[in-house]
Amino acid sequence: MNDVCNTAAIFRQGNTNCGGCGMSITLQMLRRAVGANPVHLVIPACCGAVAGGTFPQSTYGVPTIMSTFASAAAVASGLASVASLNGEGTRVIVLAGDGGTFDIGFATLSAAAERNEDILFLCYDNEIYGNTGGQRSSATPQGAVTSNTLEGKLEQKKDILAVMAAHRIPYAASVSLAHAEDTQKKFAHAVAQKGFRFLHVLSPCPTGWKSEPALGLELVRLAVRSGLWPVYEIFDGKRYTVSIEPDFSDEALGLYLSLQRRFQKSGLTAADLRPAIERNWQSLRALSGRIIPGKRESREG
Amino acid sequence: MSSQLLSANHAAALATTLAARANRKGKGFVSGVYPITPSTECMEYLCNQKIEKGRVVRVESEHSAMGVCIGGAAAGARSFTATSSNGLAYMVENCIAAANLRLPVVMVVANRTLGPPWNIWADQGDALLLRDAGLIQFYCASNQEVFDTVLSAFRLAEDGRVMMPVMVNMEGFILSHNVAPVEIPQQGLVDDFLPLTDIPHRLETVPHTLGQVELPHQNECHRFQHHTAMLAAAAIYDDIRAQFEPIFGRALQGALVPYRCDDAETLIVSMGTMGITAERVVDDMRAAGARVGSLRLRLFRPLPVDAIRAVFAGKKRIAILDRNIGLGLGGVLWSDTRALADPGAVVQNYLTGLGGGDVRPEHIAKIVADIAAREISGAPMLMEAV
Repeated sequence: MNDVCNTAAIFRQGNTNCGGCGMSITLQMLRRAVGANPVHLVIPACCGAVAGGTFPQSTYGVPTIMSTFASAAAVASGLASVASLNGEGTRVIVLAGDGGTFDIGFATLSAAAERNEDILFLCYDNEIYGNTGGQRSSATPQGAVTSNTLEGKLEQKKDILAVMAAHRIPYAASVSLAHAEDTQKKFAHAVAQKGFRFLHVLSPCPTGWKSEPALGLELVRLAVRSGLWPVYEIFDGKRYTVSIEPDFSDEALGLYLSLQRRFQKSGLTAADLRPAIERNWQSLRALSGRIIPGKRESREG
Repeated sequence: MSSQLLSANHAAALATTLAARANRKGKGFVSGVYPITPSTECMEYLCNQKIEKGRVVRVESEHSAMGVCIGGAAAGARSFTATSSNGLAYMVENCIAAANLRLPVVMVVANRTLGPPWNIWADQGDALLLRDAGLIQFYCASNQEVFDTVLSAFRLAEDGRVMMPVMVNMEGFILSHNVAPVEIPQQGLVDDFLPLTDIPHRLETVPHTLGQVELPHQNECHRFQHHTAMLAAAAIYDDIRAQFEPIFGRALQGALVPYRCDDAETLIVSMGTMGITAERVVDDMRAAGARVGSLRLRLFRPLPVDAIRAVFAGKKRIAILDRNIGLGLGGVLWSDTRALADPGAVVQNYLTGLGGGDVRPEHIAKIVADIAAREISGAPMLMEAV
């Protein structure tokens, strides 16, 4: 799949994204997976809607419609219906932020998933309302300072993949942009698959995370290594496969926190996060049928 | 042509079904629907029709119902939805998006009071929420009119010079659930009447972006283009009427329905079924020697300003009936049209039939008696229909 990059970019030069934006990387990866397939892109209100630039020039290299904030999955359902009625192979892809996925777009997302619409819903999750200046969303992790949780968010991040799995959709997966081959494999599968597919991308946001733009992928790698961002796939809501084994390094977790100023105010430490990570992995082990204790020291090899 | 006993809800759905099938050789038909009293039977009927190259998506909210229509139209399909009251209020954001994106979605609204407190009966205040949003608005007064207007709404909305949503209104229960004979044309005639849907800015294969950021000057130009296209829609509608009659063998009602207005001194102005009642009152009063006429607006947006002014000309007393209340000012029809009367004319607003009150001939007779006794216009007046 990696050799399919001879088509024009989905996300062209001249866009207005911040340096180090995970969404930009996501779209470059998506182009490789899409290849020569015709695509219609739906973007609800989010940084992606602004990044397209002003009329009549557009950053998007495929036919694209900007939807209202809560409507991406509904608009995509309309587009996908026409593609299906006319026997067109158009792949309808939603590019939504965590607000348009976890929060305001959630009912619409859930309903489209329940109807198993032929849509690839791609959530680039920067764990914040980036476009409006960095307010909390239900994807913001506990302890992160946002512009409206000045002492750090008190509540845990919503487990969106568990919710999507409960819809028994054909395919749901979390994605690490730091693991290009795994990302590519998942994007390609999600593009080719029929029915509702959901991809959850941890999308570094230097502006919101108060981190160094060049370190975005490194932060994702640390989140994966430490077990904080489990990378796995769910087929038909029941078959779980862990894509990348973490080493559950406390050092990685500590680095992940210390390299982002959003975690500094709350004084969150690796030790604070570890119990939740372990619980999460115990559940993931059970679901994936691979009962390996989630602790580095007890792992074999 | 056959005659069927249908509710207005079913007539709207049947007109839509025929319009949907008429696009089978085009991009097809896509509809998003969600139930709400009193428009539910419209979507139920539509859901139970077999439509070649058509899909009715049963969504989780009115907001998404219009979302599906936006997606369907953006991909080039004919699209439709129906709703009422709070459902329409919930849909408003996407109605505005459909209008701004210039997508020719047709929607039927069974007018109902906004709540809570809950009230399922007729009030036109729901549709009037969207008065300024760039959707063409018709108000109907009979089942046949609903059928014909829905059918021609597709033609009007999809006309390349218009290209915007059209809303067809019928009062909840009074019309939506009223069962009456409706002339139904054969599919072939509908095929002749409705060209295949052609939405020039639809998403195809050439990259372009709908609805992206635009700067103030671009925005004002787009807004004014939309406004200009809407103003032109009234004349285009008259062209459509001229083509409707030879195909279907009956006349399609115009933007305005003046009734015995020419020599009238007093005019009763209204929208929807109150206009039919007003015509009965006019007949009764004329029989008693009073010079009364009725003007029913079918087309409310674009507002046929010149045509209304022409009917108002020379009238001494104009009673404007509003089945809605624009809180803080008065009736919406009154506030939009009162300036079109001759200087010195008594223009009096009667708020009546709010919340589903049954406006009967005696109420309208009372209104005519009230305005006859007036020398000057007064503040909008509540005329309870009890």
